[in-house]
Amino acid sequence: MFSAFRTLMGRDLLLAMRRRSDLFTTLFFFVIVVSLFPLGIGPEMNTLRLIAPGVFWVAALLASMLALERLFAVDYEDGALEQMLLAPQPLFVLVLAKVTAHWLVTGLPLVLMAPLLGLQYDLSSEALGVMVLSLLLGTPALSLIGAIGAALTLGLRGGGVLVSLLVLPLYIPVLIFGSGAVEATASGLGGQGHISMLGAILVLSLLLAPLAASAALRISVE
Amino acid sequence: MPPVAKFNEVTGTKPYLYYQTPGTAGLHYPMNSRLINWFKFSSPATFYPLAGRLVPIFAVLALALIGVGLYMSFFVAPTDYKQGEGYRIIFVHVPAAWMSMFIYLIMAFWAALGLVFNTRLSGMMTRALAPTGAIFAFLALWTGAFWGKPMWGTWWVWDARLTSELILLFLYLGYLALQGAIDDTRRADRAGALLVLVGVVNIPIIYYSVQWWNTLHQGATISMDNGSKMGVTMLWTMLIMALGFWAYTIAVALARVRSIILEREADTTWVSELAEVRL
Amino acid sequence: MSVAEFLDMGGYALYVWGSFGVSALLMILEPIMLRNHRRAVLQRIARIIRIKAGEKV
Repeated sequence: MFSAFRTLMGRDLLLAMRRRSDLFTTLFFFVIVVSLFPLGIGPEMNTLRLIAPGVFWVAALLASMLALERLFAVDYEDGALEQMLLAPQPLFVLVLAKVTAHWLVTGLPLVLMAPLLGLQYDLSSEALGVMVLSLLLGTPALSLIGAIGAALTLGLRGGGVLVSLLVLPLYIPVLIFGSGAVEATASGLGGQGHISMLGAILVLSLLLAPLAASAALRISVE
Repeated sequence: MPPVAKFNEVTGTKPYLYYQTPGTAGLHYPMNSRLINWFKFSSPATFYPLAGRLVPIFAVLALALIGVGLYMSFFVAPTDYKQGEGYRIIFVHVPAAWMSMFIYLIMAFWAALGLVFNTRLSGMMTRALAPTGAIFAFLALWTGAFWGKPMWGTWWVWDARLTSELILLFLYLGYLALQGAIDDTRRADRAGALLVLVGVVNIPIIYYSVQWWNTLHQGATISMDNGSKMGVTMLWTMLIMALGFWAYTIAVALARVRSIILEREADTTWVSELAEVRL
Repeated sequence: MSVAEFLDMGGYALYVWGSFGVSALLMILEPIMLRNHRRAVLQRIARIIRIKAGEKV
């Protein structure tokens, strides 16, 4: 089971490395969205510091959602997905492997880029640390929840817009606790409560989302 | 030709084998199922006339209850000493909000039933309920705004309940969008059922997180019944309106499921033998 | 209580009638739309049956 997980993850990572442009589009999207807000709102640092947590988290939400469409689509088109459904290994392990690889390619770069962008918003080093931590816990949950939506909309016309309608409402708790953690830290209240809630959400979605996503895949492919 | 079975369609007490009804030959049923008595209702061919009998009953019930409820909202319930006549909005706001939540739960019930037992009717019921649920969610928001403007001074407050209601509306719209995008009915039913179940697992988490967010931001945590103690007449009025909305929902959902059955079973013999088709 | 007084709702006319009115509108529109939809479906099925009958002859 573990070897199946590793093999599939390695394969997905290798495929991603062969097409590096895909890897960078999500990251650039995140960078551009975050950088656009000061242009729209004005360079007043006090305001920017105030809205930074929300801006970063909404940008992360949108970026991870944009990447979702490709999660299963390529395997679906070339038939590899059907082989996975027939494989003797439990499907949720394979889904988990794919989601992990997907997060390493699209989620982790955002987490690493966030502190650099945070400087644009004049965030304190403490707040930056919490931002990285909250993104580290939150973006995997986003990928996991998003996998359900990606599986449900597999091969549908207008799948990209549809997946956002399905998935964004489900992202709300992650958004609230993620940006809340940064905000609470920045205002000196301490974000431990938020961070532990994010951790709980991550554990819960690790347990449930792969199961739901595998069920969705079976529905969509059958 | 086997005898055409007749049964009491309202109570369904008289046992009969549904595969003996004319025109069901083209459908596949588990012929040896011992659960036949229960599952006969899940056959569209038998459910269609049953729903047809029930729709007018619930429609009349809805009209009567909502009529009484409206009379009580305007003429029996006393003027609130704090909020004046404006508080009468809660007689439609609260039942609408209740219904929007109940309907999602009922959809989840049908969705679970459909995924477990693989009955075709459950998917149709889930689908038939969704538009009505979305309408009630919208009405709860709309009337909430019309209540908030005179009471809070703004049309919209990021109050925990209003925000949760908004998210519920999004969940309904997501379900409807998914249904609209899938042409294959079997896939649409199953995908929709899964989405509703995922939503119902998420609703408590969403509600809890929104409340946390709301208290942390010191937002408006004013409740609808703030200040004025809920009088007995007010409670009764609200309950009667809510019951009326229930009856309305059942009538509308059954009527819609009849249309859905007709659309999906258009090729079967039993549909072509219906009186209303042979115009 | 006069009719005008009743309609005025103690100064809350816009809010009270705005709420009840839109609710009534939607709850009347929905059944009407359902009935129209049902008629359209029945017509479509009847047409299909007629076409099929024509083919057989």
